[in-house]
Amino acid sequence: MPVDFMYPEYEIARNDSRCIRCRVCERQCANEVHSYEESGNFMLSDESKCVNCHRCVSLCPTRALKIVKSDHCFKENANWNQAAIKEIYKQSGSGGVLLSSMGNPERYPVYWDKMLINASQVTNPSIDPLREPMETKVFLGKKPERIERGPDGSLRNNLTPQLELAMPVMFSAMSYGSISYNAHESLARASRELGIFYNTGEGGLHEDFYQYGENTIVQVASGRFGVHREYLEAGAAIEIKMGQGAKPGIGGHLPGEKIVGDISKTRMIPEGSDAISPAPHHDIYSIEDLRQLVFSLKEATQYKKPVIVKVAAVHNIAAIASGIARSGADIIAIDGFRGGTGAAPTRIRDNVGIPIELALASVDARLRDEGIRNNVSLVAGGSIRNSADVVKAIALGADAVYIATGALLALGCHLCRSCQSGKCNWGIATQRPELVKRLNPDMGFRRLVNLLTAWNHEIKELMGGMGINSIEALKGNRLMLRGTGLNENELGILGISHAGE
Amino acid sequence: MKYVIIGNSTAAVGAIEGIRQMDGSGEITVISNEKYHTYSRPLISYLLQGKTDMERMKYRPADFYEKNGCRTILGKKVIGIRKAVRTVLLDDGSEIPYDRLMTATGSSPFIPGFDGLDSVKCKFTFMTLEDAFSLREALGPDKRVLIIGAGLIGLKCAEGIADHVKGITVVDLSTRILSSILDDSSAAIVQKHIEKTNIAFILGQSVSRFDGQTAYLSGGGKVDFDILVAAVGVRPNVSLISDIGGETDRGIVTDEYMRTSIEGIYAAGDCTESYDVSCGQRRVLALLPNAYRQGECAGINMAGGERKFDRAIPMNAIGFFGLHVITAGSCTGEVYEEKGDGSLKKLFYDDDLLKGYILVRDVEKAGIYTSLIQNRVALGDIDFELICEKPSLMAFSRKYRQQKLGGVV
Amino acid sequence: MKRVYVNEKWCLGCRLCEYNCAFANTGERNMALALRNLEISPRIRIEEGSDICFAVSCRHCEEPLCVKGCITGALSIEDGIIMVDEDKCVSCYTCILSCPYGAVSPSEHGAVQKCELCVKNRSGAPACVAGCPNGAIVYEER
Repeated sequence: MPVDFMYPEYEIARNDSRCIRCRVCERQCANEVHSYEESGNFMLSDESKCVNCHRCVSLCPTRALKIVKSDHCFKENANWNQAAIKEIYKQSGSGGVLLSSMGNPERYPVYWDKMLINASQVTNPSIDPLREPMETKVFLGKKPERIERGPDGSLRNNLTPQLELAMPVMFSAMSYGSISYNAHESLARASRELGIFYNTGEGGLHEDFYQYGENTIVQVASGRFGVHREYLEAGAAIEIKMGQGAKPGIGGHLPGEKIVGDISKTRMIPEGSDAISPAPHHDIYSIEDLRQLVFSLKEATQYKKPVIVKVAAVHNIAAIASGIARSGADIIAIDGFRGGTGAAPTRIRDNVGIPIELALASVDARLRDEGIRNNVSLVAGGSIRNSADVVKAIALGADAVYIATGALLALGCHLCRSCQSGKCNWGIATQRPELVKRLNPDMGFRRLVNLLTAWNHEIKELMGGMGINSIEALKGNRLMLRGTGLNENELGILGISHAGE
Repeated sequence: MKYVIIGNSTAAVGAIEGIRQMDGSGEITVISNEKYHTYSRPLISYLLQGKTDMERMKYRPADFYEKNGCRTILGKKVIGIRKAVRTVLLDDGSEIPYDRLMTATGSSPFIPGFDGLDSVKCKFTFMTLEDAFSLREALGPDKRVLIIGAGLIGLKCAEGIADHVKGITVVDLSTRILSSILDDSSAAIVQKHIEKTNIAFILGQSVSRFDGQTAYLSGGGKVDFDILVAAVGVRPNVSLISDIGGETDRGIVTDEYMRTSIEGIYAAGDCTESYDVSCGQRRVLALLPNAYRQGECAGINMAGGERKFDRAIPMNAIGFFGLHVITAGSCTGEVYEEKGDGSLKKLFYDDDLLKGYILVRDVEKAGIYTSLIQNRVALGDIDFELICEKPSLMAFSRKYRQQKLGGVV
Repeated sequence: MKRVYVNEKWCLGCRLCEYNCAFANTGERNMALALRNLEISPRIRIEEGSDICFAVSCRHCEEPLCVKGCITGALSIEDGIIMVDEDKCVSCYTCILSCPYGAVSPSEHGAVQKCELCVKNRSGAPACVAGCPNGAIVYEER
């Protein structure tokens, strides 16, 4: 056997004076880390299999477990750090592309954390959201340039289809296949309860979830999996996915072993066949081509549904968005480089794309400059972590935001970033029935509703503090933001002043 | 409405509780020839053993009669029923009127006419609290006891007194102990376990005659003893009903509403016959759970309700010196058998139905088997292989479990 | 009346219910202290098959065969809850013979044991329900 260069990243610390040998850890670990040694009545653990997902830690009834980072170390080296060395070992062992899940974890600047929000003092009153009305409702879609009247002077309704959101947050695309049935059900039910939308991703729509159609955005991506007429008509809006923040420029690959049962049926591909989404849409090589698809979809749904075009935040995002805003799309969704994924090549995830904060600011500015900002609504995604991030995104020009990683965390995800293994111990990124059942949608949906209800309270508090009583009045209101520790260029792109200015 | 109940044991308590489910105010009179608060008969052996006492033996709490608004006439015997005028006649000459009457008169020990039985001075039966008291008086560390009958009563008696006497010999005509509920292999295990104590068995023999403190056996041997307990069997007390022309066979005959053939008169408990669903025959099932359910059913019907009792089967849970045995139904048909060290499981099935079972030592979840017999569950509808291995709800359909674990049952 | 209901769709077979039950009935304040080196004998039990698992505990039947069959009167119904009077029980196991769910079991204390909805222990409300991580066991009116 060749020498294994890999040393486990974690150690499982078991407090033996607390362990009651209930073996819940053993039963709950799909990675088979824990085992019970009958003869000596003790628990063993194989930390080389541990992904640090905390399932055992969370369920241990006596809190006898914790996962700690191994202090086993390489000789200190600022350049060849531990991760770099291990990746070499891994690839020289496997010969394969490194795969990872969820969003870019590397140390790039998080601009949300370098922007601060304003509050009213003395000269303009702040608003108490508990006493006065505070509007968080938003409408997504093209807004008409001017008011039109009929011959008798009456107002003519020239409004194109809009999405009405009770608060400016939606669940972004995660396919049935990449996440479980129960995770989908949780998202769908929460969206209905909250008056917002979730997104099918590129996996089609399970027939059980057609009932949530009014709160569903159906996605059409490069593989066109699961797309058919009823599917398009089932949703409240259609999203064309051109790119994804976690892996801009590449497609997707759901391995054949995950294409089983309902997933195969929903995707409309044979069981066991790989679901490969091509890197580009093979019929889209220009804005004009995109326009054709936008209008094909509108035509297919009698112009009753807004069409979203989702792109990854990349270097020339402003020019791309300008093109999309002229393609007939009603909404542009921009996905920053910290957005999550069920599986992406590590090098792509960690090195391609740009931060959503900069992309959003430059797109909003560009569309305003060109006088086409009202052609589209802007939705920003890619690691929105809390209500303050939401408020900052709106002040930078977003109409609403997409969240996904945050939603999964609410469902129990512990960001172990091992989705690609298909053995999600929390029942989220897996199709194994015994794991899927670990996520009870009755509980999952409630946690999602709780999360966004809490955020909505906080958004109102933050707005009230600024003396603003509607999302509409906050949108693009960059005066409400100040930067800290940012250079001139960054401040310029974000279109904000430095704190103290 | 005036309810009169003759008897004060399990069936009577069942009837009182049954009546009170329907009728909170009707007058209930309980008449018994025993003078005690209702007590649990099977506990008399535990009383001698020292595992219970008079207070804990009470089958229902001390305030039971008061709480249920019952008048008690204890220590008086009913000598007749005047059905034309609906009264019962007591041995003190008084007459108690009734609108609805229930006889729960139980059974009496049956003692065959042994030759020379009169020469035995110290002899007992083992059925009532009084029996237990008088037997207790006679016990002593140097006493040798002869018990005739290796049935439930004889053996529980033996267990109850074993610690208080020198030795016990149990004689039975049958070649195995507990012959009414066990088969040969299971009886052998239990016998072996009991024989670890000071109890010895002489099986396949009867007593041909007594002479003072000596019993001469049919096999030619003899047993010397100081105390004799006759536990050969019991006979249902049917005379109150048969005397007035009610239908009786071995026991009082009732329908499934526990009505006797005489208008207004019900019967329940050991004095009656039941329809055994495990074998499809009428027989006397002198069992406590059976008595309660019959009594309750009678009570509900006496008070104007409508309840059937049609799930009777033989069933026994019994333990000797820590070895537990549970049996139910009839031992007929094909057999599934598992034998361990001092343990045994036998399931008897036929016609796609479980007919009976015998469990020795490992008795957990036995009720699941009982319910298969009682409810006549088609074995084709469940995972029979699994349920043979261990009684479990897993063997049933998902739908069944949903109803049972997710609903009010 | 509120009862414990089990939905096997969500049961993970983790057996936390068994341990929470055992702990609640020890009367101890700390689970590690109470259950270390103890072979538990819970009143709720998981049945586990290849791809099904579910917990079973007393259904507190409206027509309880265990109570009706009890030879001593140790089993009784108090406010709908079937209780064991450990003082009266002589462990004859007629209740084990009678219960169609296998929910009454022998115990080491000389009396039988069964779920009493935690009304007699310090938990006060069913500990199995409180500790179920997946909402598979609920305590509610149906």
